[in-house]
Amino acid sequence: MKSKKDPGSSAGPNPGFSRRGFLGVGLGSGAVGVGLLEKPAVAEPAGAEVVGPQAVPVTLNINGKPVNLTLEPRVTLLDAMRNYIGLTGAKKVCDRATCGACTVMLNGKIVYSCTVLAIDAQGKEIQTIEGLAAPGELHPVSAAFWNNDAQQCGYCTPGFVMAATGFLKENPNPTDADVRHGLGGNFCRCGTYMGIRKAVLEAAETLKKGGASNG
Amino acid sequence: MQNFEYANPASLQQATALLAAKWGETDVLAGGTDLLSLMKEEIHTPKRVVNIKSIPELAGIRKAGAQVHIGALVTMDELAGSGDVPHALAAAAAGVPSPQIRHMGTVGGDLCQRPRCWYFRQGHGLLATKDGKPLIPNGENQYHAIFGGGPAYFVSASSLGPALIALNARIKLVSAKGSRELPVKEFFIQPKDDATREIALRPDEILTEIIVPAATHSSTYEVRQREALDWPLATASVALSMKGNTVAAARIVMGHVAPTPWESAAAAKALVGKPVNEETAQAAGKAAVAGAHPLSHNAYKVQLAKVAVKRALLDAVQARA
Repeated sequence: MKSKKDPGSSAGPNPGFSRRGFLGVGLGSGAVGVGLLEKPAVAEPAGAEVVGPQAVPVTLNINGKPVNLTLEPRVTLLDAMRNYIGLTGAKKVCDRATCGACTVMLNGKIVYSCTVLAIDAQGKEIQTIEGLAAPGELHPVSAAFWNNDAQQCGYCTPGFVMAATGFLKENPNPTDADVRHGLGGNFCRCGTYMGIRKAVLEAAETLKKGGASNG
Repeated sequence: MQNFEYANPASLQQATALLAAKWGETDVLAGGTDLLSLMKEEIHTPKRVVNIKSIPELAGIRKAGAQVHIGALVTMDELAGSGDVPHALAAAAAGVPSPQIRHMGTVGGDLCQRPRCWYFRQGHGLLATKDGKPLIPNGENQYHAIFGGGPAYFVSASSLGPALIALNARIKLVSAKGSRELPVKEFFIQPKDDATREIALRPDEILTEIIVPAATHSSTYEVRQREALDWPLATASVALSMKGNTVAAARIVMGHVAPTPWESAAAAKALVGKPVNEETAQAAGKAAVAGAHPLSHNAYKVQLAKVAVKRALLDAVQARA
């Protein structure tokens, strides 16, 4: 378990983490392994204060809940989520703002979490695949991926579901061409694009009808 | 990524006070879409990173008379959706094919990003030499320059640069010592050695805004290999002053073909006094690439640049709602 004295290097993943062990664990218990600080959440770092390079308190608002961490400034949001919070839905693939597997929402807009510093994501609302639906339920976009066989190996899927959810918020009535363009920030190496496009168009219909879950 | 100290200034004054006078000591962080990758590859290893996203005066698009001021923190998404900027600029921003990059990437970052040349990104330096010999002219140069004649062969990766030059925009740079303005054209530099930056920004300066004159007939056209998540192979941005149906003056600038956005006076000259149609646009495209010197694997880019100029011109005279 992490202590708040941990150096918090992006090169040093959390010891004792079983990746599988965190699957299906919501954020409530996902705070295991987090250095819980006594201090209240810092909404805004002060003026021109310079912090680091050693680990400093960082508060992230993930899926509606504040999480207090102690991280070096170089730790990315993706590494913070995966290695320090146990939220492994966002995947680390290219780690260079190219493939989309790490896509999350920051203040309602999709971004590459591999290319946001965790310290920089403070004060913003972070939504991850884990926060998209209540435990045991499927978000309409996830359900549509299921219904349309929109994944093979599945590794890109969480990123695609987040990208598609962000896309549908801004484009509730998309054409097939809109979907192709709107998901241009994500790669599927299995080439399941046909299924993904069908899923996004189906999810658009479900969401328009009121967004019933489970297809 | 190497470790660094992180500063979060709330004003431009605080921010410029935190910047070093020498490259390599400090880096400015906005959207981070380039800087974080550079730091992960250890091409940049700053001791201090200065986040400028908390500086309110760098945000927003503001109209002032016939000009529009675009803050350095305006994202590509905001720019693409703005009704206040000339079409060539909005189209260039919309051309960035990843929504995630459009949400994160900023105007300042687009102009200050480092070359995407894979030799540079692998640590071979801007000019990519080994034992004093250039690696690019007979190397893996399929995406490299067809103009400029070396010794730099990377292409400027800026999406907005060509459009801003076509529109005769100016750029504002601020340091702790004062501020200066220069035409965007003078911002881009063809380095003759590895120590020179490819942009006129000094290490202790922050790009604060772009000032863009209004334009009625302008456009940007990009030629790409893929529709998703890739850099264009060649682009063209054009801005025209029309007198009735004929061109009174034109500025034609190609992108991704040289170490800087590449303006063609010959293409502009070929158009002046004529209407824009298939024939004249094609002639302008031909004139634009007349001086091209492709490398061993990128002669195909000559044709793409020619077509980009033609299509940008034809689009610039389309009526827009």
